[in-house]
Amino acid sequence: MTTLDQIAAPNRRRRFGSLTLWAGIALVGIHIAVGLLTVVWSPYDPSGMTGGRLEAPSWLHWAGTDRLGRDFLTQIMIGSRIALIVGTGAAAIGAIIGVTLGLLAAFATKLLDDAFAATLDILIAFPTLLIAMLVVAAADTANLGSAIFALGIALSAIVARLTRILTKRVLLLDYITAARTSGTSWLGIVFRHILPNIWPTLSVSFALQFGLAAIAEASLSYLGLGAPPPNASWGRLLQEAQGTVYTAPIGAIAPGIALVSLVIGINLLADGLRDSVDPTRRAR
Amino acid sequence: MSALLDIKQLSLHTENVRLLYGVDLTIAPGERVGLIGESGSGKSLTAMAATGLLPTNIRASGSITLAGRPVIDASEHQLNLLRGSAAAVVFQEPLTALDPLMRIGRQIAEPLRRRAARDGQRLSGTELDAAVLAMMGDVALPDPERIARAYPHEISGGQRQRVAIAMALACKPSLLIADEPTTALDVTTQAEILCLLDRLVRERNMALLFISHDLPVVAGIVDRVVVLRQGEVVEAGPVHQVFAHPQHAYTQSLVAAAHAFDTALGAAP
Repeated sequence: MTTLDQIAAPNRRRRFGSLTLWAGIALVGIHIAVGLLTVVWSPYDPSGMTGGRLEAPSWLHWAGTDRLGRDFLTQIMIGSRIALIVGTGAAAIGAIIGVTLGLLAAFATKLLDDAFAATLDILIAFPTLLIAMLVVAAADTANLGSAIFALGIALSAIVARLTRILTKRVLLLDYITAARTSGTSWLGIVFRHILPNIWPTLSVSFALQFGLAAIAEASLSYLGLGAPPPNASWGRLLQEAQGTVYTAPIGAIAPGIALVSLVIGINLLADGLRDSVDPTRRAR
Repeated sequence: MSALLDIKQLSLHTENVRLLYGVDLTIAPGERVGLIGESGSGKSLTAMAATGLLPTNIRASGSITLAGRPVIDASEHQLNLLRGSAAAVVFQEPLTALDPLMRIGRQIAEPLRRRAARDGQRLSGTELDAAVLAMMGDVALPDPERIARAYPHEISGGQRQRVAIAMALACKPSLLIADEPTTALDVTTQAEILCLLDRLVRERNMALLFISHDLPVVAGIVDRVVVLRQGEVVEAGPVHQVFAHPQHAYTQSLVAAAHAFDTALGAAP
């Protein structure tokens, strides 16, 4: 009886027990904390020339200074904020557009659905960055908003294709038929049965999109198409450090580590979250 | 008295295969009918057609009337009003018929709430919880409060089928369609589920369409049987008559096989 009770009891101890989840929470948590902190406080004025040019790390400037004598740690910290805003914004736009289109396609007539699937395949064949660059170019001005929007649009194709295929798979299952035989409306089926069942997989995909968006924003900024100065994007820091990479390598290393730690953190978080969202995985 | 379900000359085709041909089946309110046939004979398709849930690549001709309303070519909205109130279905595989990510209590609550809403009442909060527990008691689920909080993978196969029956009954249908409800269960559980279905259908004065390939199972629970073979009705009539004097060769072989099984069981030590 104890075993049965253990199986049936809500398993709270294991739900938040995975190491992956905690590592992800820690990494992402640091970036969120730093990002929020920069809203009210930063070690130095981000655009103030507070030291000598290209100073090595010291107690005054923990990550040294850039070629204009600005504190590098301050720039990296502001970079966290920019990356989080872009990642969240782009993943959210991609999710809303993608999930809506994917659901519509899964319920559409065969002809419409086929046309939709083909369009998506063509869109996905273009690199995310290329689409984002095209959208930014069309928007005429490079600012944070247009970068977020561009990346969101570019990512929505991937989300739409995933949503469509996941929905189609769930639609074939008996419990959907069972729900229909008892008179559940299509809208009810979507919100009560389909979305909860595709959510574990989708949420992992959203996290991947977040990581992709953060990297793509760095690339856009590197190319000068992202957030313009004074927004200290990691991509722009990398680009500025390019010329001095041999004399002051920290300029390239620090933003690189910041970007990688955020992307790894969000992926670990997603993996851990999926295990805790899905009750059939929880007990194992 | 008008029939609850009236299927006349129903034929089903895909582009090049004939699935069902000229099937007639009527069920009066409160009547219990068995639909027998081997796998692939079109039993489940008949049930799906009756609730308007055929796959889109299957074309239907003939006529189906459920609770006085035509089913073939009816709009999704009209069908939705019929589903649940006029007919509800219990499926063969109780694991896949339950949403794996929804707690049992909520799965039973959903049809209860919807049915109440259709009857013009609001059922929510503690009232709804009480109704769910009462429904779970009706299908003799042990420890309803624990099972209401459990997910489908946490309870046994027999319990899942009881949950599926509770979900169907929560719709308060006039006709319960049971599509091989005991096939996936072991023999003892099967007997329990059959007793339960028998009792519930009698208590609630529902009509029953019991679909099975298993003659003895059907014989115990229905008044009348229809035998399907390769998409055609080969024999129909009161259950005792069909079993005592099977007319068609196929029915004779089914009855003989059931007898042979009984004899083999009797001969075993």
